[in-house]
Amino acid sequence: MIEIKNLYKSYKMGNSSLQVLKGINIEIEEGELVAIMGSSGSGKSTLLNILGMLDVADEGDYKLDNVLIEKLDETLAAKYRNKFLGFVFQSFNLINYKSALENVALPLYYQGLNRKSRQKTALEYLEKVGLANWSSHLPSELSGGQKQRVAIARALASQPKVLLADEPTGALDSVTSNEVMGLIQQINNEGKTILVVTHEIDIANMCKRIVTLRDGVILEDKKVKQVLVS
Amino acid sequence: MFSKDRWQEIFETIKKNRLRTFLSGFTVALGIFIFIVLFGFGNGLKNSFGKFFLDDATNTLWLFGGKTSKPYKGFKADRRIEFENSDLTDIGQNFAFYLESITPRITRGARARYKNNSDNYSTRAVGPSHQIVEKTIMMKGRYINQADVKDATKNIVIGRMVAKDLFKDEDPMGKYVELGSSAFKVVGVFQDEGGDREERLIYMPYTTRQVLEKNNDKISQIIVSFRPEIGHAGALAFEKQLRLFMKNKKAIDPTDENGIYIRNVADQLKKNQQFAAVLQLIVTFVGIGTLIAGIIGISNIMVFVVKERTKELGIRKALGATPKSVINMILHESIFITTISGFVGMIGGIILLKSIGEELKDFFILNPYIESSTAVFSTFLLILFGAIAGYIPAKRAASIKPIVALRDE
Repeated sequence: MIEIKNLYKSYKMGNSSLQVLKGINIEIEEGELVAIMGSSGSGKSTLLNILGMLDVADEGDYKLDNVLIEKLDETLAAKYRNKFLGFVFQSFNLINYKSALENVALPLYYQGLNRKSRQKTALEYLEKVGLANWSSHLPSELSGGQKQRVAIARALASQPKVLLADEPTGALDSVTSNEVMGLIQQINNEGKTILVVTHEIDIANMCKRIVTLRDGVILEDKKVKQVLVS
Repeated sequence: MFSKDRWQEIFETIKKNRLRTFLSGFTVALGIFIFIVLFGFGNGLKNSFGKFFLDDATNTLWLFGGKTSKPYKGFKADRRIEFENSDLTDIGQNFAFYLESITPRITRGARARYKNNSDNYSTRAVGPSHQIVEKTIMMKGRYINQADVKDATKNIVIGRMVAKDLFKDEDPMGKYVELGSSAFKVVGVFQDEGGDREERLIYMPYTTRQVLEKNNDKISQIIVSFRPEIGHAGALAFEKQLRLFMKNKKAIDPTDENGIYIRNVADQLKKNQQFAAVLQLIVTFVGIGTLIAGIIGISNIMVFVVKERTKELGIRKALGATPKSVINMILHESIFITTISGFVGMIGGIILLKSIGEELKDFFILNPYIESSTAVFSTFLLILFGAIAGYIPAKRAASIKPIVALRDE
């Protein structure tokens, strides 16, 4: 599903440049649930941003679903993001003046679906995350766990190939973290490829494979026995 | 561009961001409202000015007789100069090139009486073309005509206020008014933009006045109007030649300043026109200033609005919005709001101007108005600049990487 070869990325800091990724090679199959671990500054978020086409690598190949991602301008990136990717962020990033249902329906708007089928699909996904009864509520009326579930429903609504989650439990307490991770496991079990960036080993252990980064290189890449959320 | 979905998306955004919508809409509406009101007031000032100074015809020369201060050709100094009927024909014959019309004016006070009502009025004994130089407007009947002058008829034309005082609700046409010891028939009623004072006058044929005064042919004033095409320079030349001609005819020393006076309205006209031009300049300046202030106001609001939405735009981009769709969304929304509120402000301003009418007369603002083309043009200008002011920050926001926009708090 994802194929990365020799990925390099550096940021200019005044006169010097900071090498963040120094040759990353990774292959992820369809249906995997991968945790990307690492302390802050290890390059894990940069890697996720490049995978999510929110950022562009300096060097290296990136293939997504056998499509070589190159020569990205913002318009093409937007198209790919809409078609291939679903995002879940640490701070939820819901649009605060739109109801839960409208937030979930938004990626479908950019896919060009008509209003009726947008709302129908959005409601299906809200139902899937157990929030059908909250569809007309604004994000400010939802708890943190509920917000993240809405965000997951929104990420799924466009039927992406890959779900990218950047510290999805970072802003949640342990009980709601478990709820959200249980939802992620459930979605993965239905066959969706998911990447989770985290620095918590408990969260990483709930995935099927852990890739550990340190100082811009892969330190360790191992399959683990998944801890299931009861 | 005009898909139903886009409109729905925009309506929802507008509806759910009331404060933002209100702020930008209010700025635009206020900007255009103030522009229209100020511009209208400027025009009202011009109206007052026009009423004060431009009531009489402006292409006229006024000749008055004076007293000579120098002896000349055997005449002693201190001789009173009077005009006669022959002066009218002489000027007519010698200055045909410049002349538009010529009329005498003999002013006398008189007591007028109709039935039990009487009062003192000024009478003016004039020729038919006096109507043109005073811009007298007939309400009923006719003005003094050539036949009246030829036959020295006892016909008079009375002002609106005279008719009101003497006749109350009665129709004055054809009735007889006693002036001094003789009865005059009312053949017309007039009004004058110069106001009540000008409407307390009675006009009669100048020949009739001369018959009443022992059948002489004296005239106290001559009013000459020249063809406007000759321009200011032509008017000055005419004045100079006329003065020379009259001094020669009346045997006045050419260097004597006091024998004849000529008032040239053209000179005054030029000053008035300059004043009007300065007024126009002020009005335009105020208008442009207000418009610029409005444009700056909208620009500020637009920058603020886009800044406030940076994160939302980042989210939208992460979900698949292209830069183009982001720009279009912001522009569409801002043009929609500015158009609606722009026209609301415009119509509000026009309604206010219409309702003022003469109420601010005391402040020299009379019937303020704005040409609808100016109003619509300036509204469009404001909308256009609102769109440009929205486009620049929108384009910048759309080109920010979503990862940067998402970090914005």
